[in-house]
Amino acid sequence: MQQVEKDTFILAIESSCDETAAAVVRNGREILSNVIASQIDLHTLYGGVVPEIASRKHIEKINQVIDQAVRQAGMTLQDVDAVAVTYGPGLVGALLVGVSAAKALAFALGKPLVGVHHIEGHICANYLQYPDLEPPFMSLVVSGGHSHLVIVRDYGEYEVIGRTRDDAAGEAFDKVARAIGLGYPGGPKIDQLVAREGNPDAIPFPRASVGGSVYDFSFSGLKSAVLNYLNECKMKGVEVNRADVAASFQKAVTDVLVAHGVRGAKDYGFHKLALAGGVASNTALRRAMKEACEKEDIDFYYPAPILCTDNAAMIGSAGYYEFQKGVRSGWDLNAVPNLKLGER
Amino acid sequence: MKILAIDSSGLAATAALLEDEDLIAEYTIHYKKTHSQTLLPMLDEIRAMTELDLKTIDAIAVACGPGSFTGLRIGSATAKGLAQGLEKPIIEVPTLEGLAYQMYGCSALVCPMMDARRNQVYTGIYAFEPRECADSPLCRDYEMNCLMEGTCCLLPEVVGKLNELGRPVVFLGDGVQVYQEALPETLTVPYSFAPAHRRLQSAAAVGACAFRYAAQGKMVSFFEHKPQYFRLSQAERERLESLKETKEPSAGADQEET
Repeated sequence: MQQVEKDTFILAIESSCDETAAAVVRNGREILSNVIASQIDLHTLYGGVVPEIASRKHIEKINQVIDQAVRQAGMTLQDVDAVAVTYGPGLVGALLVGVSAAKALAFALGKPLVGVHHIEGHICANYLQYPDLEPPFMSLVVSGGHSHLVIVRDYGEYEVIGRTRDDAAGEAFDKVARAIGLGYPGGPKIDQLVAREGNPDAIPFPRASVGGSVYDFSFSGLKSAVLNYLNECKMKGVEVNRADVAASFQKAVTDVLVAHGVRGAKDYGFHKLALAGGVASNTALRRAMKEACEKEDIDFYYPAPILCTDNAAMIGSAGYYEFQKGVRSGWDLNAVPNLKLGER
Repeated sequence: MKILAIDSSGLAATAALLEDEDLIAEYTIHYKKTHSQTLLPMLDEIRAMTELDLKTIDAIAVACGPGSFTGLRIGSATAKGLAQGLEKPIIEVPTLEGLAYQMYGCSALVCPMMDARRNQVYTGIYAFEPRECADSPLCRDYEMNCLMEGTCCLLPEVVGKLNELGRPVVFLGDGVQVYQEALPETLTVPYSFAPAHRRLQSAAAVGACAFRYAAQGKMVSFFEHKPQYFRLSQAERERLESLKETKEPSAGADQEET
């Protein structure tokens, strides 16, 4: 007798930073809805994410976002098989809104609860973009809060081989953008400015290498070099070409990211490299990584920008694979702001 | 009518199930674990012990503020998630009212007090006024009247008001342990501190208040409900301050309260 495989629908919730998001994902691969309420305009007033304001907005929007996600998927809450939620890393107050709401919702519906690691979600965004992508592969996760080089051994099995020693890549983008008067959020603004008119070879900013691990990153030295350059120009009365500064800075960041990503893949013998995280939508990084991977005969994967930004669909994909492995979170699930990848 | 009540606004987390005039279950934890770790396990324990079918609940009552920002949000997000999953309304009970209602019938004034940090307290002043009821000439219903609206203020402000009212007062709430020594220094009226069983938040009292609100039709949807913080975030306060400095101080209104 032929067995009909039953679909699994995951309702996913994400509130780790400044996006309130919910999504419904089928079998870990197909997005039925992906709703994101962004608070970016609000935080722009303050030049960065204000944790207390983010948490206050999350609680106002969370139920609407969940409702929309379920409706857009053409379902009711009763139709979902499990509720997945980001429980770390992230801003603790922001995480707690999603975690508390998800727990109560799952409890009320009598559905299983699956706590998901935010970075695991970012990596799994690639499963949504590429239905045929299977582990193992190398993944480079770069965002406002994270820069990780990760071996994806299997679904839900990760080994971090490189991480940032100081600033995350996206953090460096934000700080440099502020210094040259572009404002928040820095990544997209630098990207746009450079795309139009910047010369990436105008200023020789340093490519930092870190003693110890060859895969680790450090971006604070680069950030300081940019700030020093700006100060020197000011003291000498030289007018700063902002586009050149942005382009040269961006080139320095992408050079390091590409070098580490490709080196990691080669050293460990992977022919697949998947980019993930908010900075993965940076056009210069995508282009440079693509070129480098082609040279080395590595298949390069990168999610669409909507899946690079914080979203719940990626949590739905990660949640599905954890759910399939039998992971169930208890009602005492707590937010863990500095949760490590691969830990529970 | 069956109400599930929760309060995680202060140091204790508390949950209760009430049906009409009866308390079916109450569970309170005042311990070092976070409310996020205790609140839902307590609800699950109540569900199991009382063989509760969650679908039979008519409304979710929640202490809606003031209180710890994070604590309030754990309670609110929990209430909102429950209400959305069960498709039931939310009854918002002001934290200070829930606290004060524990002292039902008390002839002294009731002053709930929660530590708001920065030398401030979340507080209010309540009085129970007897009303004759129809049952018999001796029977009384006590109505809880508010003599000072719930607010966030410096300690001298509420002490001044209590001295002005000139009546004995009972303090309760988790602010008591913080201000127990400072209060007698300036109070000029007889005072007392509520004992352990009336000191902290009680979800049963929140639920009892909620029945009064329900009778008045005061319910909201889970979309609408959000906590009442009584205070802006620090970033918003500082931003308003800097705007005030650069502009003419035209708007004199205190914008601190939300």
